[in-house]
Amino acid sequence: MESTSLLKLDKICKSYYGNRVLKDVCLEIKKGEIHGLVGENGAGKSTLMNILFGMPVIQQTGGYEGDVVLEGNQVCFTCPSEAMDYGIGMVHQEFMLIPGFTVAENIKLNRERTKPNVISRLIGKKMETIDVQRNRHDARASLDRLGMSFDEMMPVGGLPVGYMQFIEVAREIDKENTKVVVFDEPTAVLTESEAEQFLDTARKLANDGLGVLFISHRLDEVVSLCDRITVLRDGEVVALLNRGEASIQRIAELMVGRQINRLADRKKTVQVNKPILEIRNLAVEMPGEKVKEFDLDLYEGEILGVGGLAGHGKIGIANGIMGMYPATGSLVKQGKSLPLGDTMLMLQENMAFVSEDRRGVGLLWDESIEHNIIIAAMQSQKKFLKRVTPLLTIEDRKKIHEHTLKMIKDLDIRCVGPQQLVKRLSGGNQQKICIARAITLSPDILFVSEPTRGIDIGAKRIVLDLLLQLNRDLGVTIVMTSSELAELRSVCDRIAIIYEGRLEGVLPPDAPDLDFGLMMAGEFEHKGADQV
Amino acid sequence: MKNILDLAYNIIGLPRLIISIFLLVFLIAAAVVDLSIPMLTGSLLVRVGMNAVLVLALIPAIKAGTGLNLALPLGIMCGLVGAVVAIEYKLSGAASFAVALAIAVPLAIIVGYLYGLVLNRIKGQEMIVGTYVGFSVVSGMCIFWLLAPFKNPEMVWAYGGTGLRNTILLHSSFDKILNDFLGFKIGEIEIPTGLLLFFGLLCFMVWLFGKTRTGNAMHVAGSNPRFALSCGINIDKMRILGTVLSTILACIGILVYSQSYGFLQLYQGPLMMAFPAAAAILIGGASPKKAAISHVIIGTFLFQSLLVVAPPVINVLVEGSFSEVFRGIVSNGVILYALATKWEGGE
Repeated sequence: MESTSLLKLDKICKSYYGNRVLKDVCLEIKKGEIHGLVGENGAGKSTLMNILFGMPVIQQTGGYEGDVVLEGNQVCFTCPSEAMDYGIGMVHQEFMLIPGFTVAENIKLNRERTKPNVISRLIGKKMETIDVQRNRHDARASLDRLGMSFDEMMPVGGLPVGYMQFIEVAREIDKENTKVVVFDEPTAVLTESEAEQFLDTARKLANDGLGVLFISHRLDEVVSLCDRITVLRDGEVVALLNRGEASIQRIAELMVGRQINRLADRKKTVQVNKPILEIRNLAVEMPGEKVKEFDLDLYEGEILGVGGLAGHGKIGIANGIMGMYPATGSLVKQGKSLPLGDTMLMLQENMAFVSEDRRGVGLLWDESIEHNIIIAAMQSQKKFLKRVTPLLTIEDRKKIHEHTLKMIKDLDIRCVGPQQLVKRLSGGNQQKICIARAITLSPDILFVSEPTRGIDIGAKRIVLDLLLQLNRDLGVTIVMTSSELAELRSVCDRIAIIYEGRLEGVLPPDAPDLDFGLMMAGEFEHKGADQV
Repeated sequence: MKNILDLAYNIIGLPRLIISIFLLVFLIAAAVVDLSIPMLTGSLLVRVGMNAVLVLALIPAIKAGTGLNLALPLGIMCGLVGAVVAIEYKLSGAASFAVALAIAVPLAIIVGYLYGLVLNRIKGQEMIVGTYVGFSVVSGMCIFWLLAPFKNPEMVWAYGGTGLRNTILLHSSFDKILNDFLGFKIGEIEIPTGLLLFFGLLCFMVWLFGKTRTGNAMHVAGSNPRFALSCGINIDKMRILGTVLSTILACIGILVYSQSYGFLQLYQGPLMMAFPAAAAILIGGASPKKAAISHVIIGTFLFQSLLVVAPPVINVLVEGSFSEVFRGIVSNGVILYALATKWEGGE
């Protein structure tokens, strides 16, 4: 067995700024094996790949512990090109192709076959003429190996998306010494038949003796394709499954399962028959987080969690409703129909939004705490203004100051005073400012996106408590979107899971891990069938 | 100690530091070559007052997020049209100034609005487009000055009888109307009271506008458009408003400038006027994304004092018109510095 081991990651540990993201992760890829790597967002897959490829971010944040062993030799890459020289190839999720170049040119990019000419003899190899015919021949060979029939001389720009993925693969296998190929969510953008074809390709590569590492959120593909599957959760390997042991349910359960500490310990006061907001056919054009057809009723007084994997549209929902991105559909709040796309109207209708993008949308980085907290209410609800003369209304310094002090006190914002610039505050305190800004609008519905992203554990707890308190004391209905399922399960009354821009289902927070895992993978409907 | 110096350097900034050092050197040199300090001071006050409004005109545009309004010549043209119309009707004194304003401001509102529409289509390239809009409009207006049916012999070319002159004297209309208002002398220094008061009044109005709901909205739209959107602010509207205000201030600015100068300069005269203004506000510590009235005052003062003190000193030391060269280096150099520096919201 040992002799066939191609790549071995042994006891990899990595922390970012004291925050441990990988702990004793072991992973072995054998010759001719397709090895699956699955895990939730934030489970540590990307970090592991960054280590494998020697991405600069790893060195900049203090390196890693553990060994990377390639064919029995310990290696430590300091830049991606070094990893490539050693024969580790990566097929990216985003295509890294030049649209204006032909397929062949893209495949052979920076590794072109050349022939000497007069100038190159004088100046050096860099000036050699590109040998178009031989490049074309090489590219053809790689494409044939993948079973692709399209013309290698076509420009990449006009090709269907599916083809581009294959060109990426062709580029990797064209490198003569490629031993291990990593596929990072390769089928995410492919149609079903393209994906099928792609999986065949992966099998073919493995049969040729390459090692394949397959990272995907599509569990059905992982189960059908992979010889062995490593499941990561919170930076640790929780299971290594062999073919036959793995089922979608099993993996889903392993991915999600963890201790849930319920923060919200309360009697249900939610009236399920009284929707405060009815969302129908919501479609949002948010790049990377498209919502396609979303229906949901929001009940008065509840905390609704919105979960799902990255890119499936959970972030788009609040952004679309609040008019941050173009949206269509219908929205009825307490019997009143509201047109989408008008942020001002939404604010005036007492809906507030805490953005997931704290720095870009949530805060005026270079301004005072005071300004950040009051500005939205001043603009949309004409608060904090005083009339000096009949024609002149200016900001009311006194009211602003009083309100800010109250917020600082109520929310326990740690700062030197209302005039401090928000960029000087810690992440947790910045998040409190965002919430303070939303509260100042005295909303009855509050949309909160990723409230605990990028803040430390202590502050996380405080922010979540704050949301619970708002809900309990002020009766604010809260829609909380988060990538951290555990967090949603600790505070929400109901959790809606979004899959590919649609509502996959709504679960109670104490539903089994399995159900959450299946819903996030879009496999919930097939649950019954697979269990047979 | 090093920390204090670092802090001081961070607050003052490189451009202001260099200009201040230059100024200091020239002041010492001026004393050495025995130039009249009171005379220099007097002319400095006048030059600060006459240029400051044009510098102030940059504030609304920066606040609204359209960067340095290098299309100031648009507003300047409106001001000049107002002035020539007032002169055409042979008005004099305060009335001529008031009429010039009354014609120029509505014109500036229309022009500013149209230019604002243009700017909303080319977000991110306001400054380069503005520069060429300024150049084009100056050239385009040359045709207007030639063909417009003005009759007053004070303004039209002496021969031919049609087309406006290059420079038009203002002695019969509003020459020094603001400078001499409540003017007085301290020793040998003449104080242009009206001029400074007028500038002060405009500063106050701009400051007050900043305190209103709309002023706040404009500021937010300029500093973070995504944040503004989440507050329900119409960003495009705010950008247009900033452009309109900037154009209005520019048209007032050129009238203030002209009354102090004593001439109207038509044709190519306004071609380069935006650049010294931009240089001044940048020296004052502003950036294309952030500016305050204090930057206008400090910047105009530093920049103009350099221009007042340097030429006589240099002309004593060196033959020829080196002072013009010097002016060019300072104003263009500072603008280059500002454009080449990254101005980010963060650290």
